[in-house]
Amino acid sequence: MGSNDLPAALKAWHPCKAVYKRVYNASVPPGVSFCLLCEPLPMSLTRPLRVAALGLLLLSSLPSRAADLTVSAAASLTNAFKDIAALFEAQHPGTKVQLNFGASGGLLQQIAKGAPVDVFASADQATMDQALAQSLVLAGERRDFASNRLVVIVPAGARQPKALGELAQPAYARVAIGAPASVPVGRYTQEVLNKARLWAAVEPKMIGAQNVRQALDYVARGEVDAGFVYATDAALMPGKVSVALTVPTDTPVRYPLAPLAASTQPAVARQFVAFVLAPPAQAVLARHGFGKP
Amino acid sequence: MEGAWVPLMLTLKVAGWATLLNLVLGVGVGYALARWRFPGRDLVDAVLTLPMVMPPTVLGYYLLVLLGRRGVLGSWMESALGGTLIFTWQGAVVAATIVAFPLVFKAARAAFEMVEPQFEEAARVLGLGEAAVFLRVTLPLAWRGILAGLLLAFARAAGEFGATLMVAGSLPGKTQTLSIAVYEAVQAGQDELANFLVLLTSVTCLAVLLAAGWVVPGRVAQGRGSRP
Repeated sequence: MGSNDLPAALKAWHPCKAVYKRVYNASVPPGVSFCLLCEPLPMSLTRPLRVAALGLLLLSSLPSRAADLTVSAAASLTNAFKDIAALFEAQHPGTKVQLNFGASGGLLQQIAKGAPVDVFASADQATMDQALAQSLVLAGERRDFASNRLVVIVPAGARQPKALGELAQPAYARVAIGAPASVPVGRYTQEVLNKARLWAAVEPKMIGAQNVRQALDYVARGEVDAGFVYATDAALMPGKVSVALTVPTDTPVRYPLAPLAASTQPAVARQFVAFVLAPPAQAVLARHGFGKP
Repeated sequence: MEGAWVPLMLTLKVAGWATLLNLVLGVGVGYALARWRFPGRDLVDAVLTLPMVMPPTVLGYYLLVLLGRRGVLGSWMESALGGTLIFTWQGAVVAATIVAFPLVFKAARAAFEMVEPQFEEAARVLGLGEAAVFLRVTLPLAWRGILAGLLLAFARAAGEFGATLMVAGSLPGKTQTLSIAVYEAVQAGQDELANFLVLLTSVTCLAVLLAAGWVVPGRVAQGRGSRP
């Protein structure tokens, strides 16, 4: 036996296991190791750890591109902005647009808490006013780019109210309205119902939605008897919801967007804002039912 | 800040009911799976464990499709009982119960499997019926594991967000639990309310954990004393 073979011979002998067997008259339980000489760590632990480490390494090595431009946009813009982003990417090779949709109020809170966003598009002026008041956007760079209409929808085939006042009747037990604290469509609705002196009658029946698309979904599933959404949302589900009323709002439904003051790439952000205002993107918005700003 | 007590009470009510339902369901199913051998037992176990593994939104969607007005169960409930569970606190209980169920039945099954059959044999030899054997021997011996599962289930039910929001919505005073109230407050930028709600949630969770630690050893000690 050469001196080089000594460690291997020691390993095969396992002094720890021999001692254990002598003392307890039993073999070491499988998966357990007592000494550093046998195994630095028990194989029963290291094998799953190694597999997990390998898996994570493989997953992390998958190609992932850095987000180039992050756009936070109101939920009602979901379909139109996906198309516009694709157009923008086609004209700006190498730029990837990451879209983040939600209720405008929630998006504003994300931005205010430091979310790395480059462009903000809100469904109402009030939310953008708040962004301006907190100096999150630059005053001179805010632009209106689209308009919309508030409508009352009911599940397809359901009885349609002829006037807003009918929503106070017992036949409409549940009415989906965006939560006014954070969802612009809810604020427009509250304003309209307040003016018609119906808010007190309708509020107890209100099913608060996290964003306008959730209100649309509630109506489409028939879980509520009526709901307030934008005309562009109602047009997405013609077979499932029908528009009963178009409700004029005192505050026009106009969408502003602006590059954010904290954007890490203000130049691309301004390009995107300009792109949304240019004819190709305006044509996309018109195709989705949005009006001129 | 007074508005914060309503979601707290609602959370305790929903989580309490969910835990109570799981005590019956989880212990029953756990016992059945621990004692009965039947083909497909592993599959049943896997299916019943799904709620723990699947995202709550997937569960919420299943429930919405099943219990909604146009769902299989929902349309029947609408015609037979005159209403569905959607947008009600009972709907929140159903969501929380299903999400927390695997925690109880897994713990109960493991606890029942740990019970030494010789104690049950001894009880049978002494003339106890099957129900009495279960209540006087099996359950007391498995109780500690079941209680641990119930505690986890209560915590899980109290913190449930995704499925509850989809099934029960966020109706202040009716279905807006603490976790949903925190989300709404943050979305609306009401930082003071959010801070208070978060503090309240943390204190409540700590109180529940301490209370559980105080209750469980006492029961366990009693269980040990009554061992044959």
